[in-house]
Amino acid sequence: MLNMTPKEMNERTALRINPCKVCQPVGAMYCALGVHGCMPHSHGSQGCCSYHRTYLSRHFKEPAIASSSSFTEGACVFGGNSNLKTAVKNIFDIYDPDIIAVHTTCLSETIGDDVKSYLQEMEIPEGKFIVHANTPSYVGSHVTGFSNMMSGFISYLAHSTGKSNGKAAIFPGFVNPGDMRELKRIAGLMRADCILFPDTSGVMDSPMTGSYEMYPRGGTKIEEIAALGDCDRVFALGELTSAQPAADLERKCKVPHTLLPYPMGIGATDSFVMALSRHIRGEVPYALEEERGQAIDLMMDAHPYYYGKSAAIYGDPDTVLGLTSLTLEMGMIPKYVITGTPGEAFVTKANALFTQFGTEGCTAKAAADLFELHQWIKNDPVDLLIGGSHGKYIARAEDIPIVRAGFPILDRYGHIYQPLVGYRGVMRLVEKIANAMMDRRDRDCADEDFEMVM
Amino acid sequence: MQTTGILEERKSSILLKNRKGSRAPITCDRASVAGAVSQRACVYCGARVVLNPITDAFHIVHGPIGCASYTWDIRGSLTSGSTLFRNSFSTDLREKDIVFGGAEKLKAAIDEIMEKYAPKLIFVYATCIVGVIGDDVEAVCRQAEKTYHNRVIPVKAPGFSGTKSQGYKLACNAILQLLAPHENQPKQNGINILGDFNLAGEIWIIQNYFREIGVPVISTMTGDANYETLIRAPSARLNLVQCAGSSLYLAQRMEEKMEIPFLKVSFFGIEDTTNSLLQAAKALGDKETTARAEAFTKEQSAKVRAAIAPYCEKLRGKRAAIYVGGGFKAISLIRQFREMGVETVVVGTQTGKPEDYETIQSLVNPGTVILDDTNPAELEAFIRKTHADLLVGGVKERPLAYKLGIAFCDHNHERKHALAGYEGVVNFAQEINLSVNSPVWQAVSSRTI
Repeated sequence: MLNMTPKEMNERTALRINPCKVCQPVGAMYCALGVHGCMPHSHGSQGCCSYHRTYLSRHFKEPAIASSSSFTEGACVFGGNSNLKTAVKNIFDIYDPDIIAVHTTCLSETIGDDVKSYLQEMEIPEGKFIVHANTPSYVGSHVTGFSNMMSGFISYLAHSTGKSNGKAAIFPGFVNPGDMRELKRIAGLMRADCILFPDTSGVMDSPMTGSYEMYPRGGTKIEEIAALGDCDRVFALGELTSAQPAADLERKCKVPHTLLPYPMGIGATDSFVMALSRHIRGEVPYALEEERGQAIDLMMDAHPYYYGKSAAIYGDPDTVLGLTSLTLEMGMIPKYVITGTPGEAFVTKANALFTQFGTEGCTAKAAADLFELHQWIKNDPVDLLIGGSHGKYIARAEDIPIVRAGFPILDRYGHIYQPLVGYRGVMRLVEKIANAMMDRRDRDCADEDFEMVM
Repeated sequence: MQTTGILEERKSSILLKNRKGSRAPITCDRASVAGAVSQRACVYCGARVVLNPITDAFHIVHGPIGCASYTWDIRGSLTSGSTLFRNSFSTDLREKDIVFGGAEKLKAAIDEIMEKYAPKLIFVYATCIVGVIGDDVEAVCRQAEKTYHNRVIPVKAPGFSGTKSQGYKLACNAILQLLAPHENQPKQNGINILGDFNLAGEIWIIQNYFREIGVPVISTMTGDANYETLIRAPSARLNLVQCAGSSLYLAQRMEEKMEIPFLKVSFFGIEDTTNSLLQAAKALGDKETTARAEAFTKEQSAKVRAAIAPYCEKLRGKRAAIYVGGGFKAISLIRQFREMGVETVVVGTQTGKPEDYETIQSLVNPGTVILDDTNPAELEAFIRKTHADLLVGGVKERPLAYKLGIAFCDHNHERKHALAGYEGVVNFAQEINLSVNSPVWQAVSSRTI
């Protein structure tokens, strides 16, 4: 790192260096933590579960509970059925969740465990639930695992009674609890009666009370997931994260869905707000108009400090696309836009944004890694990095300011409470980006250029 | 004993030291119960944490991406040389590789590294599914060694194949494999330090002590180690083993194969640091060294006792809960807390051995809760029951402590300051004081709304 990354690029086909993704199960675990009274269960070796909990704890600075099937050699030879059976019994006996959400791992997938049929044969205590999702670590990334787990909940629990409940559903995507709160607040201002699924607010940002609750107050309730089947419409945010579960719900319960990008930036937030407005057939309230006006006011006030500056943006596909569209609105040049998650749809969407704003010379790549990004930057630098903590090595080596946004952020506090979505998210990001550029100017400029008023 | 929140199968892994002080056996060193919210990791994790601090090696994780991502630069081991080990290398196996096998990809990855960097040492960690899909990792590594005339050492560490301790053993075997061609070296006056990973620069502190008393340190395993220093290890006259959980096996094999005797030591706390330095000096057998060690430890102990006195004043009567990885650290911490006037009321380890638990029982007061491979529910129950004021643990325990509104000190990978040696005693007292006496806990208890 630091100076280990060579400027000269050579093609790699087999070696992954400094990844920009993790594996499916951690996404599945995060999704399951967004269901009230749920115990995420990792069907594999206990190291997986331990790593995922640690990873989530490092980002959210909160306990992340989950249980494991604790595979042994025997389980690998004879299959994991008996481990799962014992685990389920133990979990209900001792931790008493309302629901267990099982996800698989590379191991249980490779040995061919048929979790679905195992669960069908199992006796489940009255009033309790078990769902599962297949989340092989060698397909997709943590984002894929997140949507697969959503699909798992939907396929087991969502149910159409044939009668509308008059509600809308919002699929928030793989975002922080602070974003989920903001989406609920916006829906509340719009007077739209919504079910947010999953909802990690009140779980992964639960307040200090002096006692440890294994199942904090937050999370989408089981009956709310069931009621998804009777919603009038789903607003699926994150075209690469929420599309699959939304399509599954539509197929199963005939609930139509509107696919939208993460509401990051003015345009994307407008789309979300207008979609809600059409749904409720009502006006956008002044409170939101005011926020929008404030966000634009801020962008205007600070624009000379970031206009024309270039940025490298890395992280999860929909988050990166959201941040890209915000930086384009700010007149910045998102020169390098990468995600570790595979899938060419990301590139297509990023290119569409570049075209929409008439920006040239920007590169988007999926299934990329941070080593490659570092090499690009060494050959042609940028003014700013935007993404998770792992970019800090590049920031230090190349002396480029970094704005932390997305997942995971392992080296800062407070990020989980604050939104990136909505007009408030715009204000927060613009402030962070402008401050990063201005701090740099204060640091680097000559004495005679050092200004009190900027 | 209160047993709410405790699995039937777990009961034999929990012990309450009774009033009479009799010693009961505890169930430990076993796989976790399926369904438990265990704080433990796996075989791969054990192997990785021991080998990862080797600074100039390429550590390639052969498997799907997760295991590489989760272990990318999280250990906090410092380096005085190469920073290579702080990068993440893997084969990022995809579905196609699972179907057709990943051996070719591994071979290609090694080729890509050799063409560009030509390192002397590569470790290849095979994770859970590699054996299942039938990759012959050993053959690939053997072939690579032949082609490139360097060391490419396989570490076959499927997560399911035992506990984290099994992974330590695999790491020790990998080191032995590295040392094998260099076993027959003439002995020289000097020691190796095993089982210290240079977290927050701790091995440098220990090395300085040995410099003070005139004992050369030949090799460190694995904190701040590199290929060149490692292969000189067989020339040492003595091995010191700090983290016995991870490195005792290595010391035993080195004694067998290379005739290097070993001593179990601990550099946590005044008492243990002093004893360890004196024992090492004595074992090397010359009077001058011993005399220097005696003078040095005496001077340092007095200095440190004076330095921590103001903190001890503020900490007296506090109650500590300890939950750490290995037994040796738990034992040192109990002693260290005693020195600070802090009583240990809960103590547990992830991978302690029966003999560790015996020592622990002999050190703690009656009423102390002793746990093996515990989980958040148990920890919570016992922290509440014993009214502990602070918890010493690792990353998964931190948010738990904070949720309970008690102080916390990371004595694991995320430690912020060196906690070993005499300097470490002062840092530890400062850190405990910083957390226990922060006004933030008053905000928790002084609820007025």
